[in-house]
Amino acid sequence: MAAIENLQLNAQGKLQHFLSIEGLDQSLLTEILDTAESFAEVSKQSVKKIPLLRGKTIVNLFFENSTRTRATFELAATRLSADILSMNIATSATSKGESLLDTIRNMEAMQVDMFVVRHSLSGAPHFIAQHVADHISVINAGDGQHEHPTQAMLDMFTIRQVKQQFAGLRVAIVGDILHSRVARSQIHALNILGAEEVRVIAPKTLLPTDVESLGVSVFNDLDNGLKNVDVIIMLRLQKERMNSALLPSESEYFKCFGLSDERLKIANSDAIVMHPGPINRGVEISSSVADGPQSVILQQVSNGIAVRMAVMSMAMRNNEGGE
Amino acid sequence: MSIEYIEIPVLLNQLETSLSETIEKRKIQDPLLIGIHSGGVWIAEKMHQWLDIKEPLALLDISFYRDDFSQIGINPKVKQSTLPLSVEGRDIILIDDVFYTGRTIRAALNEIFDYGRPNQIILGVLIERDGRQIPLRPDCVGAEVNLAAGQRIKLTGPEPLDIVIQSMTEEA
Repeated sequence: MAAIENLQLNAQGKLQHFLSIEGLDQSLLTEILDTAESFAEVSKQSVKKIPLLRGKTIVNLFFENSTRTRATFELAATRLSADILSMNIATSATSKGESLLDTIRNMEAMQVDMFVVRHSLSGAPHFIAQHVADHISVINAGDGQHEHPTQAMLDMFTIRQVKQQFAGLRVAIVGDILHSRVARSQIHALNILGAEEVRVIAPKTLLPTDVESLGVSVFNDLDNGLKNVDVIIMLRLQKERMNSALLPSESEYFKCFGLSDERLKIANSDAIVMHPGPINRGVEISSSVADGPQSVILQQVSNGIAVRMAVMSMAMRNNEGGE
Repeated sequence: MSIEYIEIPVLLNQLETSLSETIEKRKIQDPLLIGIHSGGVWIAEKMHQWLDIKEPLALLDISFYRDDFSQIGINPKVKQSTLPLSVEGRDIILIDDVFYTGRTIRAALNEIFDYGRPNQIILGVLIERDGRQIPLRPDCVGAEVNLAAGQRIKLTGPEPLDIVIQSMTEEA
Protein backbone atom coordinates (compact mmCIF):
# COMPACT_ATOMS: atom_id res chain seq x y z
CA MET A 1 0.00 0.00 0.00
CA ALA A 2 2.91 2.34 0.70
CA ALA A 3 3.70 2.78 -2.98
CA ILE A 4 0.11 3.67 -3.75
CA GLU A 5 -0.08 6.20 -0.92
CA ASN A 6 3.13 7.90 -1.99
CA LEU A 7 2.09 7.96 -5.60
CA GLN A 8 -0.41 10.73 -4.83
CA LEU A 9 2.17 13.11 -3.38
CA ASN A 10 5.22 14.73 -4.88
CA ALA A 11 8.60 15.02 -3.17
CA GLN A 12 7.36 18.05 -1.19
CA GLY A 13 4.36 16.12 0.12
CA LYS A 14 1.96 18.08 -2.09
CA LEU A 15 -0.86 16.59 -4.12
CA GLN A 16 0.27 15.35 -7.52
CA HIS A 17 -2.42 12.80 -8.32
CA PHE A 18 -5.76 12.51 -6.54
CA LEU A 19 -6.48 8.80 -6.46
CA SER A 20 -7.88 7.93 -3.05
CA ILE A 21 -8.73 9.54 0.26
CA GLU A 22 -6.96 6.71 2.03
CA GLY A 23 -3.36 7.68 2.62
CA LEU A 24 -3.93 11.44 2.75
CA ASP A 25 -3.76 13.41 5.98
CA GLN A 26 -6.06 15.89 7.64
CA SER A 27 -4.10 18.98 6.63
CA LEU A 28 -4.24 18.07 2.95
CA LEU A 29 -7.97 17.35 3.05
CA THR A 30 -8.52 20.64 4.87
CA GLU A 31 -6.44 22.46 2.25
CA ILE A 32 -8.70 21.01 -0.45
CA LEU A 33 -11.80 22.18 1.43
CA ASP A 34 -10.36 25.68 2.02
CA THR A 35 -9.30 26.04 -1.60
CA ALA A 36 -12.72 24.85 -2.76
CA GLU A 37 -14.31 27.56 -0.63
CA SER A 38 -12.49 30.20 -2.67
CA PHE A 39 -13.56 28.58 -5.91
CA ALA A 40 -17.19 28.39 -4.77
CA GLU A 41 -17.18 32.19 -4.93
CA VAL A 42 -16.12 32.11 -8.59
CA SER A 43 -19.29 30.26 -9.56
CA LYS A 44 -21.37 32.93 -7.81
CA GLN A 45 -19.83 35.76 -9.81
CA SER A 46 -21.34 37.06 -13.01
CA VAL A 47 -18.16 36.09 -14.87
CA LYS A 48 -17.70 32.44 -13.86
CA LYS A 49 -14.23 32.04 -15.24
CA ILE A 50 -10.68 32.58 -14.03
CA PRO A 51 -7.49 32.16 -16.04
CA LEU A 52 -5.67 29.84 -13.63
CA LEU A 53 -5.24 26.84 -15.94
CA ARG A 54 -5.21 28.65 -19.26
CA GLY A 55 -3.38 26.66 -21.90
CA LYS A 56 -3.67 23.37 -20.01
CA THR A 57 -5.39 20.39 -21.56
CA ILE A 58 -7.43 18.01 -19.48
CA VAL A 59 -8.86 14.76 -20.80
CA ASN A 60 -11.85 13.08 -19.21
CA LEU A 61 -11.27 9.37 -19.74
CA PHE A 62 -14.58 7.78 -18.86
CA PHE A 63 -14.55 4.03 -19.31
CA GLU A 64 -17.87 3.92 -17.49
CA ASN A 65 -20.95 6.10 -17.89
CA SER A 66 -21.51 9.20 -15.83
CA THR A 67 -23.61 12.34 -16.12
CA ARG A 68 -23.09 14.46 -13.03
CA THR A 69 -19.45 13.70 -12.40
CA ARG A 70 -18.42 14.21 -16.00
CA ALA A 71 -20.46 17.40 -16.33
CA THR A 72 -19.04 18.92 -13.16
CA PHE A 73 -15.47 18.01 -14.12
CA GLU A 74 -16.07 19.64 -17.49
CA LEU A 75 -17.52 22.77 -15.92
CA ALA A 76 -14.74 22.90 -13.32
CA ALA A 77 -12.08 22.73 -16.03
CA THR A 78 -13.89 25.30 -18.15
CA ARG A 79 -14.19 27.72 -15.25
CA LEU A 80 -10.44 27.39 -14.70
CA SER A 81 -9.92 28.21 -18.42
CA ALA A 82 -8.41 24.80 -19.19
CA ASP A 83 -9.35 23.01 -22.38
CA ILE A 84 -11.17 19.78 -21.73
CA LEU A 85 -11.89 16.84 -23.94
CA SER A 86 -14.34 14.20 -22.78
CA MET A 87 -13.76 10.74 -24.15
CA ASN A 88 -16.44 8.15 -23.79
CA ILE A 89 -14.12 5.19 -24.08
CA ALA A 90 -16.92 2.71 -23.51
CA THR A 91 -17.97 3.40 -27.08
CA SER A 92 -14.57 4.02 -28.67
CA ALA A 93 -11.15 2.52 -29.26
CA THR A 94 -11.02 0.03 -26.40
CA SER A 95 -14.10 -1.62 -27.79
CA LYS A 96 -12.03 -2.17 -30.92
CA GLY A 97 -9.45 -4.01 -28.83
CA GLU A 98 -6.99 -1.27 -27.87
CA SER A 99 -5.32 -1.81 -24.48
CA LEU A 100 -5.62 0.70 -21.65
CA LEU A 101 -1.94 1.61 -21.88
CA ASP A 102 -2.15 2.15 -25.62
CA THR A 103 -5.09 4.49 -25.13
CA ILE A 104 -3.07 6.42 -22.52
CA ARG A 105 0.06 6.58 -24.72
CA ASN A 106 -2.00 7.96 -27.57
CA MET A 107 -3.56 10.65 -25.40
CA GLU A 108 -0.12 11.49 -23.98
CA ALA A 109 1.15 11.98 -27.51
CA MET A 110 -1.48 14.72 -27.84
CA GLN A 111 0.38 16.69 -25.11
CA VAL A 112 -2.26 16.59 -22.41
CA ASP A 113 -1.61 17.73 -18.83
CA MET A 114 -4.19 15.82 -16.82
CA PHE A 115 -6.34 12.72 -17.01
CA VAL A 116 -9.62 12.45 -15.15
CA VAL A 117 -10.33 8.74 -15.05
CA ARG A 118 -13.44 6.73 -14.37
CA HIS A 119 -13.17 3.00 -14.72
CA SER A 120 -15.18 -0.04 -13.67
CA LEU A 121 -12.01 -1.75 -12.40
CA SER A 122 -10.69 -0.83 -8.96
CA GLY A 123 -7.15 0.50 -9.22
CA ALA A 124 -7.28 1.58 -12.88
CA PRO A 125 -6.45 5.25 -12.07
CA HIS A 126 -3.49 4.10 -9.90
CA PHE A 127 -2.28 1.99 -12.78
CA ILE A 128 -2.52 4.93 -15.15
CA ALA A 129 -0.79 7.25 -12.65
CA GLN A 130 2.09 4.79 -12.41
CA HIS A 131 2.57 4.78 -16.16
CA VAL A 132 2.03 8.37 -17.30
CA ALA A 133 4.82 10.88 -17.94
CA ASP A 134 5.95 12.87 -14.88
CA HIS A 135 4.20 16.09 -15.83
CA ILE A 136 0.77 14.50 -16.09
CA SER A 137 -1.64 14.40 -13.16
CA VAL A 138 -4.31 11.77 -12.73
CA ILE A 139 -7.59 12.36 -10.92
CA ASN A 140 -9.75 9.42 -9.92
CA ALA A 141 -13.37 10.05 -10.88
CA GLY A 142 -14.48 6.68 -9.49
CA ASP A 143 -12.84 3.27 -9.85
CA GLY A 144 -14.82 0.08 -9.48
CA GLN A 145 -15.79 -0.52 -5.88
CA HIS A 146 -12.64 1.17 -4.58
CA GLU A 147 -12.89 4.97 -4.21
CA HIS A 148 -14.52 8.11 -5.54
CA PRO A 149 -12.42 10.73 -3.78
CA THR A 150 -13.77 13.93 -5.37
CA GLN A 151 -17.33 12.87 -4.52
CA ALA A 152 -16.30 12.28 -0.90
CA MET A 153 -14.61 15.68 -0.75
CA LEU A 154 -17.64 17.50 -2.11
CA ASP A 155 -19.70 15.69 0.51
CA MET A 156 -17.24 16.79 3.21
CA PHE A 157 -17.40 20.33 1.83
CA THR A 158 -21.20 20.28 2.05
CA ILE A 159 -21.12 18.92 5.60
CA ARG A 160 -18.64 21.59 6.68
CA GLN A 161 -20.73 24.27 4.99
CA VAL A 162 -23.76 23.36 7.07
CA LYS A 163 -22.21 22.02 10.28
CA GLN A 164 -19.00 24.13 10.33
CA GLN A 165 -16.84 21.36 11.77
CA PHE A 166 -16.48 17.59 11.95
CA ALA A 167 -15.70 17.19 15.63
CA GLY A 168 -18.73 15.86 17.45
CA LEU A 169 -20.63 14.84 14.32
CA ARG A 170 -22.38 11.50 14.01
CA VAL A 171 -22.73 10.50 10.38
CA ALA A 172 -24.79 7.59 9.09
CA ILE A 173 -24.15 6.11 5.66
CA VAL A 174 -27.17 4.07 4.64
CA GLY A 175 -27.61 1.47 1.96
CA ASP A 176 -25.52 -0.39 -0.54
CA ILE A 177 -22.11 -0.12 1.15
CA LEU A 178 -20.91 -3.28 -0.57
CA HIS A 179 -20.88 -1.81 -4.07
CA SER A 180 -20.21 1.78 -3.07
CA ARG A 181 -16.86 3.40 -3.82
CA VAL A 182 -18.43 6.64 -2.57
CA ALA A 183 -19.03 5.11 0.87
CA ARG A 184 -15.45 3.88 1.11
CA SER A 185 -14.06 7.33 0.31
CA GLN A 186 -16.53 9.00 2.66
CA ILE A 187 -15.65 6.71 5.56
CA HIS A 188 -11.93 7.46 5.14
CA ALA A 189 -12.55 11.20 4.80
CA LEU A 190 -14.85 11.41 7.83
CA ASN A 191 -12.38 9.51 9.99
CA ILE A 192 -9.41 11.59 8.82
CA LEU A 193 -11.32 14.83 9.38
CA GLY A 194 -12.24 13.76 12.91
CA ALA A 195 -15.97 12.98 12.89
CA GLU A 196 -17.22 11.64 16.23
CA GLU A 197 -18.77 8.51 14.78
CA VAL A 198 -19.28 7.00 11.34
CA ARG A 199 -22.10 4.50 11.11
CA VAL A 200 -22.97 2.23 8.25
CA ILE A 201 -26.54 1.02 8.10
CA ALA A 202 -27.37 -1.77 5.67
CA PRO A 203 -28.64 -5.33 5.36
CA LYS A 204 -25.86 -7.85 5.93
CA THR A 205 -25.92 -8.81 2.26
CA LEU A 206 -24.95 -5.23 1.25
CA LEU A 207 -22.01 -4.89 3.66
CA PRO A 208 -18.43 -5.92 2.91
CA THR A 209 -17.28 -8.62 5.34
CA ASP A 210 -14.47 -6.55 6.87
CA VAL A 211 -16.36 -3.28 7.07
CA GLU A 212 -15.61 -2.66 10.78
CA SER A 213 -11.91 -2.46 9.97
CA LEU A 214 -12.58 0.82 8.13
CA GLY A 215 -13.46 2.43 11.47
CA VAL A 216 -17.26 2.37 11.47
CA SER A 217 -20.04 1.15 13.72
CA VAL A 218 -22.35 -1.28 11.96
CA PHE A 219 -26.13 -1.25 12.20
CA ASN A 220 -28.47 -3.65 10.44
CA ASP A 221 -31.55 -1.77 11.59
CA LEU A 222 -32.29 1.69 10.21
CA ASP A 223 -34.40 2.90 13.15
CA ASN A 224 -31.63 2.09 15.62
CA GLY A 225 -28.90 3.50 13.43
CA LEU A 226 -30.54 6.87 12.88
CA LYS A 227 -30.74 7.75 16.58
CA ASN A 228 -28.72 10.92 17.44
CA VAL A 229 -27.39 11.25 13.92
CA ASP A 230 -26.41 14.70 12.51
CA VAL A 231 -25.82 13.73 8.90
CA ILE A 232 -27.57 11.02 6.87
CA ILE A 233 -25.96 9.94 3.64
CA MET A 234 -28.24 7.76 1.52
CA LEU A 235 -26.63 5.60 -1.13
CA ARG A 236 -28.14 4.51 -4.39
CA LEU A 237 -29.08 0.87 -4.74
CA GLN A 238 -26.67 -0.11 -7.51
CA LYS A 239 -28.91 -2.34 -9.51
CA GLU A 240 -26.41 -2.63 -12.35
CA ARG A 241 -23.78 -4.11 -10.05
CA MET A 242 -26.02 -6.73 -8.47
CA ASN A 243 -25.32 -10.01 -10.12
CA SER A 244 -26.65 -12.19 -7.34
CA ALA A 245 -29.89 -12.17 -5.38
CA LEU A 246 -28.90 -9.85 -2.55
CA LEU A 247 -32.36 -8.42 -1.93
CA PRO A 248 -35.92 -9.73 -2.05
CA SER A 249 -37.34 -6.69 -3.90
CA GLU A 250 -37.09 -2.91 -4.21
CA SER A 251 -40.30 -2.29 -2.29
CA GLU A 252 -39.11 -4.58 0.46
CA TYR A 253 -35.85 -2.63 0.55
CA PHE A 254 -37.66 0.69 0.93
CA LYS A 255 -39.75 -0.75 3.75
CA CYS A 256 -36.62 -1.73 5.69
CA PHE A 257 -33.94 0.76 4.62
CA GLY A 258 -35.67 3.56 2.73
CA LEU A 259 -35.60 7.05 4.23
CA SER A 260 -39.15 8.31 4.73
CA ASP A 261 -40.41 11.40 6.56
CA GLU A 262 -41.26 9.29 9.62
CA ARG A 263 -37.82 7.71 9.75
CA LEU A 264 -36.10 11.08 9.31
CA LYS A 265 -37.72 12.20 12.57
CA ILE A 266 -35.64 9.61 14.45
CA ALA A 267 -32.43 11.50 13.66
CA ASN A 268 -31.53 14.81 15.28
CA SER A 269 -33.97 17.54 14.31
CA ASP A 270 -31.25 19.52 12.50
CA ALA A 271 -29.89 16.49 10.65
CA ILE A 272 -29.13 16.96 6.96
CA VAL A 273 -29.89 14.42 4.24
CA MET A 274 -27.36 13.78 1.50
CA HIS A 275 -27.26 11.58 -1.59
CA PRO A 276 -24.49 11.35 -4.17
CA GLY A 277 -27.03 10.82 -6.95
CA PRO A 278 -28.51 9.55 -9.12
CA ILE A 279 -31.52 9.03 -6.84
CA ASN A 280 -33.85 6.08 -7.07
CA ARG A 281 -36.97 7.77 -5.70
CA GLY A 282 -39.07 5.38 -3.68
CA VAL A 283 -36.28 2.82 -3.48
CA GLU A 284 -33.74 4.25 -1.03
CA ILE A 285 -35.35 7.63 -0.37
CA SER A 286 -38.86 9.06 -0.62
CA SER A 287 -39.47 12.06 -2.84
CA SER A 288 -40.70 14.14 0.07
CA VAL A 289 -37.38 13.65 1.89
CA ALA A 290 -35.23 14.14 -1.21
CA ASP A 291 -36.99 17.42 -1.99
CA GLY A 292 -37.59 18.35 1.65
CA PRO A 293 -36.09 21.12 3.81
CA GLN A 294 -33.41 18.90 5.35
CA SER A 295 -32.10 17.75 1.98
CA VAL A 296 -28.83 19.28 0.73
CA ILE A 297 -28.67 17.07 -2.36
CA LEU A 298 -28.59 19.89 -4.90
CA GLN A 299 -26.11 21.86 -2.77
CA GLN A 300 -23.84 18.81 -3.14
CA VAL A 301 -24.03 19.13 -6.91
CA SER A 302 -23.07 22.84 -6.89
CA ASN A 303 -20.24 22.12 -4.50
CA GLY A 304 -18.96 19.41 -6.83
CA ILE A 305 -17.75 22.06 -9.26
CA ALA A 306 -15.83 24.03 -6.62
CA VAL A 307 -14.21 20.94 -5.13
CA ARG A 308 -13.15 19.65 -8.54
CA MET A 309 -11.71 23.06 -9.41
CA ALA A 310 -9.70 22.90 -6.18
CA VAL A 311 -8.33 19.42 -6.78
CA MET A 312 -7.50 20.10 -10.42
CA SER A 313 -5.68 23.35 -9.71
CA MET A 314 -3.79 21.91 -6.73
CA ALA A 315 -2.57 18.85 -8.64
CA MET A 316 -1.69 20.88 -11.73
CA ARG A 317 0.29 23.44 -9.73
CA ASN A 318 2.23 20.83 -7.82
CA ASN A 319 3.13 18.99 -10.96
CA GLU A 320 4.67 22.10 -12.45
CA GLY A 321 6.63 23.46 -9.55
CA GLY A 322 7.18 20.10 -7.95
CA GLU A 323 10.66 19.01 -8.95
CA MET B 1 11.65 60.25 -0.29
CA SER B 2 13.43 58.75 2.64
CA ILE B 3 11.77 56.03 4.66
CA GLU B 4 12.01 57.82 8.01
CA TYR B 5 9.61 60.52 6.89
CA ILE B 6 6.71 58.33 5.82
CA GLU B 7 3.60 59.38 7.66
CA ILE B 8 0.37 57.72 6.66
CA PRO B 9 -1.99 60.74 7.02
CA VAL B 10 0.33 62.84 4.86
CA LEU B 11 0.43 60.14 2.19
CA LEU B 12 -3.34 59.71 2.24
CA ASN B 13 -3.81 63.47 1.84
CA GLN B 14 -1.33 63.58 -0.97
CA LEU B 15 -3.07 60.70 -2.74
CA GLU B 16 -6.48 62.30 -2.35
CA THR B 17 -5.25 65.62 -3.74
CA SER B 18 -3.65 63.89 -6.68
CA LEU B 19 -6.79 61.84 -7.35
CA SER B 20 -9.02 64.93 -7.19
CA GLU B 21 -6.82 66.71 -9.71
CA THR B 22 -6.76 63.71 -12.03
CA ILE B 23 -10.53 63.25 -11.80
CA GLU B 24 -10.90 66.87 -12.85
CA LYS B 25 -8.29 66.73 -15.60
CA ARG B 26 -9.47 63.43 -17.09
CA LYS B 27 -13.14 64.39 -16.74
CA ILE B 28 -13.93 61.24 -14.77
CA GLN B 29 -17.72 60.77 -14.63
CA ASP B 30 -19.64 58.85 -11.96
CA PRO B 31 -16.61 56.70 -11.16
CA LEU B 32 -16.51 53.19 -9.78
CA LEU B 33 -13.86 52.90 -7.07
CA ILE B 34 -12.14 49.51 -6.80
CA GLY B 35 -9.77 48.48 -4.01
CA ILE B 36 -7.35 45.58 -4.47
CA HIS B 37 -7.48 43.10 -1.58
CA SER B 38 -6.26 43.59 1.11
CA GLY B 39 -4.20 46.77 1.60
CA GLY B 40 -5.71 48.49 -1.41
CA VAL B 41 -9.19 48.10 0.10
CA TRP B 42 -8.14 49.90 3.28
CA ILE B 43 -6.88 52.84 1.25
CA ALA B 44 -9.87 52.70 -1.08
CA GLU B 45 -12.30 52.88 1.87
CA LYS B 46 -10.79 56.23 2.88
CA MET B 47 -10.71 57.58 -0.67
CA HIS B 48 -14.29 56.44 -1.21
CA GLN B 49 -15.37 58.55 1.74
CA TRP B 50 -13.16 61.55 1.11
CA LEU B 51 -13.90 61.79 -2.60
CA ASP B 52 -17.61 61.29 -1.88
CA ILE B 53 -18.09 58.51 -4.44
CA LYS B 54 -21.74 57.47 -4.85
CA GLU B 55 -21.31 53.94 -6.20
CA PRO B 56 -20.52 51.35 -3.47
CA LEU B 57 -16.86 50.43 -3.12
CA ALA B 58 -15.87 47.36 -5.14
CA LEU B 59 -13.30 44.78 -4.05
CA LEU B 60 -10.92 42.87 -6.26
CA ASP B 61 -8.96 39.80 -5.17
CA ILE B 62 -6.53 39.07 -7.97
CA SER B 63 -5.24 35.74 -6.59
CA PHE B 64 -6.78 33.77 -9.44
CA TYR B 65 -5.22 36.12 -12.01
CA ARG B 66 -1.65 36.04 -10.73
CA ASP B 67 1.09 35.12 -13.18
CA ASP B 68 3.08 33.14 -10.61
CA PHE B 69 0.42 30.49 -9.98
CA SER B 70 2.60 27.68 -11.27
CA GLN B 71 5.44 28.71 -8.95
CA ILE B 72 3.62 29.42 -5.70
CA GLY B 73 0.18 27.90 -6.17
CA ILE B 74 -2.97 29.47 -4.86
CA ASN B 75 -3.73 30.94 -1.51
CA PRO B 76 -6.63 28.82 -0.28
CA LYS B 77 -8.44 31.82 1.21
CA VAL B 78 -9.32 33.98 -1.75
CA LYS B 79 -11.89 36.74 -1.26
CA GLN B 80 -14.77 37.05 -3.67
CA SER B 81 -14.36 39.95 -6.06
CA THR B 82 -17.36 42.24 -5.83
CA LEU B 83 -17.38 44.04 -9.13
CA PRO B 84 -20.76 45.24 -10.39
CA LEU B 85 -22.42 43.22 -13.13
CA SER B 86 -20.89 45.32 -15.85
CA VAL B 87 -17.99 47.72 -16.03
CA GLU B 88 -18.83 48.40 -19.69
CA GLY B 89 -18.24 52.06 -20.51
CA ARG B 90 -17.52 52.97 -16.87
CA ASP B 91 -14.85 55.29 -15.50
CA ILE B 92 -12.86 53.40 -12.90
CA ILE B 93 -10.50 54.45 -10.13
CA LEU B 94 -8.32 51.51 -9.14
CA ILE B 95 -6.59 51.70 -5.76
CA ASP B 96 -3.75 49.63 -4.30
CA ASP B 97 -1.44 50.15 -1.34
CA VAL B 98 2.01 49.58 -2.84
CA PHE B 99 3.02 49.68 -6.49
CA TYR B 100 6.15 47.62 -7.08
CA THR B 101 6.67 45.36 -10.10
CA GLY B 102 3.34 46.18 -11.75
CA ARG B 103 2.27 42.56 -11.90
CA THR B 104 -0.60 42.96 -9.45
CA ILE B 105 -2.02 45.77 -11.56
CA ARG B 106 -1.62 43.69 -14.71
CA ALA B 107 -3.67 40.94 -13.03
CA ALA B 108 -6.25 43.44 -11.79
CA LEU B 109 -6.69 44.97 -15.25
CA ASN B 110 -7.15 41.51 -16.75
CA GLU B 111 -9.85 40.70 -14.22
CA ILE B 112 -11.63 44.02 -14.78
CA PHE B 113 -11.59 43.52 -18.54
CA ASP B 114 -13.17 40.08 -18.07
CA TYR B 115 -16.20 41.98 -16.80
CA GLY B 116 -16.42 44.40 -19.73
CA ARG B 117 -14.70 47.29 -21.47
CA PRO B 118 -14.35 50.31 -19.21
CA ASN B 119 -14.21 53.80 -20.67
CA GLN B 120 -11.09 54.73 -18.73
CA ILE B 121 -9.17 53.60 -15.65
CA ILE B 122 -6.90 55.60 -13.40
CA LEU B 123 -4.59 54.00 -10.87
CA GLY B 124 -3.89 55.47 -7.45
CA VAL B 125 -1.46 53.96 -4.93
CA LEU B 126 -0.31 55.05 -1.51
CA ILE B 127 3.33 54.24 -2.21
CA GLU B 128 5.21 53.66 -5.43
CA ARG B 129 8.51 51.92 -4.87
CA ASP B 130 11.19 51.31 -7.46
CA GLY B 131 11.43 47.96 -9.22
CA ARG B 132 8.96 48.07 -12.11
CA GLN B 133 9.06 44.99 -14.31
CA ILE B 134 6.36 45.79 -16.84
CA PRO B 135 5.42 49.05 -18.57
CA LEU B 136 2.67 50.19 -16.19
CA ARG B 137 2.76 53.18 -13.81
CA PRO B 138 0.31 54.68 -11.35
CA ASP B 139 -1.40 57.98 -12.21
CA CYS B 140 -1.61 59.17 -8.62
CA VAL B 141 0.72 58.38 -5.72
CA GLY B 142 0.98 59.29 -2.05
CA ALA B 143 4.77 59.04 -2.18
CA GLU B 144 7.60 57.50 -4.15
CA VAL B 145 10.29 55.59 -2.29
CA ASN B 146 13.51 53.85 -3.26
CA LEU B 147 14.42 50.69 -1.42
CA ALA B 148 17.28 48.23 -1.56
CA ALA B 149 16.60 45.17 -3.71
CA GLY B 150 16.20 42.87 -0.72
CA GLN B 151 13.75 45.14 1.08
CA ARG B 152 10.02 44.83 1.03
CA ILE B 153 7.47 47.44 1.99
CA LYS B 154 4.14 46.36 3.39
CA LEU B 155 1.06 48.12 4.63
CA THR B 156 -0.51 46.75 7.80
CA GLY B 157 -4.00 47.61 8.96
CA PRO B 158 -6.81 48.36 8.70
CA GLU B 159 -6.72 50.27 12.01
CA PRO B 160 -4.27 51.77 12.50
CA LEU B 161 -2.65 51.83 9.08
CA ASP B 162 1.08 51.43 9.31
CA ILE B 163 4.01 50.80 7.02
CA VAL B 164 6.52 48.06 7.68
CA ILE B 165 9.83 47.71 5.88
CA GLN B 166 11.08 44.13 5.86
CA SER B 167 14.48 42.91 4.79
CA MET B 168 14.06 39.74 2.81
CA THR B 169 16.72 37.19 2.05
CA GLU B 170 15.05 36.61 -1.27
CA GLU B 171 13.32 39.24 -3.35
CA ALA B 172 9.56 39.05 -3.06
